[in-house]
Amino acid sequence: MAGAKTHDPYYVPAQSKWPIIATVGMFVTVFGVGTWFNDMKAGHESSHGPLIFFCGGLVLAYMLFGWFGAVIKESRGGLYSPQMDRSFRWGMSWFIFSEVMFFAAFFGALFYVRHFAGPWLGGEGDKGVANMLWPGFEFSWPLLNTPDPQKYPAPEGIISPWGLPLLNTILLVSSSVTLTLAHHAMRKNHRTPLKVWLALTIILGLAFLGFQAEEYIHAYNELGLTLGSGIYGATFFMLTGFHGAHVTLGVLMLSIMFIRILKGHFNADQHFGFEAASWYWHFVDVVWIGLFVFVYVL
Amino acid sequence: MSAVIDHGHAGHDHHHGPAKGLMRWVLTTNHKDIGTMYLWFSFAMFLLGGSFAMVIRAELFQPGLQIVQPEFFNQMTTMHGLVMVFGAVMPAFVGLANWMIPLMVGAPDMALPRMNNFSFWLLPAAFTLLVSTLFMEGGGPNFGWTFYAPLSTTYAPASVTFFIFAIHLMGFSSIMGAINVIATILNLRAPGMTLMKMPLFVWTWLITAFLLIAVMPVLAGVVTMMLMDIHFGTSFFSAAGGGDPVLFQHVFWFFGHPEVYIMILPAFGAVSSIIPTFARKPLFGYTSMVYATASIALLSFLVWAHHMFTVGIPLTGELFFMYATMLIAVPTGVKVFNWASTMWQGSMTFEAPMLFSVAFVILFTIGGFSGLMLAIAPADFQYHDTYFVVAHFHYVLVPGAIFGIFASAYYWLPKWTGHMYDETLAKLHFWMSFIGMNMAFFPMHFVGLAGMPRRIPDYNMMFANFNMISSIGAFAFGATQLLFLFIVIKCIRGGKPAPAKPWDGADGLEWTVPSPAPYHTFSTPPEVK
Repeated sequence: MAGAKTHDPYYVPAQSKWPIIATVGMFVTVFGVGTWFNDMKAGHESSHGPLIFFCGGLVLAYMLFGWFGAVIKESRGGLYSPQMDRSFRWGMSWFIFSEVMFFAAFFGALFYVRHFAGPWLGGEGDKGVANMLWPGFEFSWPLLNTPDPQKYPAPEGIISPWGLPLLNTILLVSSSVTLTLAHHAMRKNHRTPLKVWLALTIILGLAFLGFQAEEYIHAYNELGLTLGSGIYGATFFMLTGFHGAHVTLGVLMLSIMFIRILKGHFNADQHFGFEAASWYWHFVDVVWIGLFVFVYVL
Repeated sequence: MSAVIDHGHAGHDHHHGPAKGLMRWVLTTNHKDIGTMYLWFSFAMFLLGGSFAMVIRAELFQPGLQIVQPEFFNQMTTMHGLVMVFGAVMPAFVGLANWMIPLMVGAPDMALPRMNNFSFWLLPAAFTLLVSTLFMEGGGPNFGWTFYAPLSTTYAPASVTFFIFAIHLMGFSSIMGAINVIATILNLRAPGMTLMKMPLFVWTWLITAFLLIAVMPVLAGVVTMMLMDIHFGTSFFSAAGGGDPVLFQHVFWFFGHPEVYIMILPAFGAVSSIIPTFARKPLFGYTSMVYATASIALLSFLVWAHHMFTVGIPLTGELFFMYATMLIAVPTGVKVFNWASTMWQGSMTFEAPMLFSVAFVILFTIGGFSGLMLAIAPADFQYHDTYFVVAHFHYVLVPGAIFGIFASAYYWLPKWTGHMYDETLAKLHFWMSFIGMNMAFFPMHFVGLAGMPRRIPDYNMMFANFNMISSIGAFAFGATQLLFLFIVIKCIRGGKPAPAKPWDGADGLEWTVPSPAPYHTFSTPPEVK
């Protein structure tokens, strides 16, 4: 009977302490960060912010271990029906969509500056009257001169796309391939290739992060390309920085999946935790392609 | 066969009823508990945001400065908007969604119950942070609820950092809540409940949830840019570094315009259930209602710059956004037409939910028409930032969103509490709200057209009469809401027992379970024919 599966009792968890712990953790964390930032800006010598932030972070770490631990235990205890599995799939897909829209805000800012606000400041186009603010300012992209260099010192150069960024593109695309190979191995229950391909994916991700760090150090120390060097630096670092943060999170997810696989979790049919992490990884990869094209090359 | 479905299947897990004490609420995973908490939280914020409005109207009772300083007045207008939008209206609809969507689609609970509780508890945390800014050095946010840069960056009080993080927490909450709603609707419908059989409240919430997931991250993005501009020297909103303050407005309104539909679509859905009930006729044009809602949602992504006609955008932009905005009147007109046609030749009775719904249709339409006026770019140059705009959006939000919430509350209170509410008092609540809000907001059209600017604590003598009328109306409307609180408490504590289906024209799965709805419903999904 086709409808039989949907009649399985849906798992509604009993009371749980994790949501309220998560709330307290997030509240303490953001309160700490806010205090820290404000004290920094006000020029205070010392601040309680970092300590509060650290405490909040500890609570969040405890919560993540506990909450995900509980979900893993329930899953392995056979409490989840195929319908529950679909809920998780919808949940993860829409979460990734929300992440896409977060990046869209920053890509949108980049396009707007390059195609509208920038040229207007340089005296071109419909609103070229904006050039009256800084007469003589010429707009070009990458922006190697800012309207007010006193306040926002322009960078001396930018990162060439054909060095580290190209290498990083190759690394990330390869990591998506190795992850897919790991997934195929999972589906055939070939555990050893699964471990090898997944480990390789994680190593490629870490290498990417290492090169990204090297690139940042180069940009800051030798090129004067910083967060404060005008809109080019702002968009460059915010886009690549948030991407880097997402790669870090992805590496973390994949590492946890690796540990779970070593412990013998998952089988050919049931491995949504692994799939969710790999969806996330592919998403991060696609964002990088966008970054490579629109931030580095064009 | 009894109309009441026995919720059977005891024994597959160990919780039968609610736990006792405070921990029931803190640790709960039950959609009804969480819905209740959302609704109470929303009402508390409604009173808080309302008291800010009372301060504003008290100051504007007469021209000149009497009660508060301009600095504090700015904080009041800002916090009134933020608390009402993010604390009162949005959580009220999430509360209704929590309570009603599982009952309407025949699901045992929301799809991800623990995350559901997380979504709720983030809100008290976020609003603690937001409201605490009022007591910080330099005061709370004073840059308007739209927090335009550079007012909210270069010239902002230090507390803006906490405002930013409060917005982040609200965003997390909304996104997780919306994911839950979508997963519940797409995955937990009872067998036979096809998409086109879903009650419209479920449909409008499905579309609202999509909007939320699409735009709340954009809001997170824009406040993050602010944070970076303030603390880390980026120049997103500073032309001196090649950025643009207008960029802020583009990103903000890309979130902000869909946001206004987030605040009205669930009300459309609720009213589409209530009007057929009390007209005792099926909804006219169900399918067209679904497509109209979807069209409104899609168009909402293409109209954001109509909030920015006077800021200096190219002529092509002005024209595009003007026509795209006017296009929204078409699907909205379809909906109004359908509600009117549903009532046409119906056997209508006017219990409180119906009174609020009929007022909704009429007054929301007025707000829609003033919206059309504002959509005309050349005319908007005159109306921009005047009280006409304030009149417009209060007409869509108060008799739109808020009346939709009141109508829903009265409609489903018997299901929630097991008692009928006091109909006489509820009608009194309606008429006093109706008179109060029209008295408060209708004169704003006139002073706005005559040029009174919004967000200013003082005004020209010639606006004095209308402002006094507005203030009296606002005080009446505000005081009336305490009556609502009394009615709800009275209904919870007792009253005529409500049958499973207290409204004879009502239709839907929620009326097949007893009143009050048992703690667990539809543990076995019902069959929908």
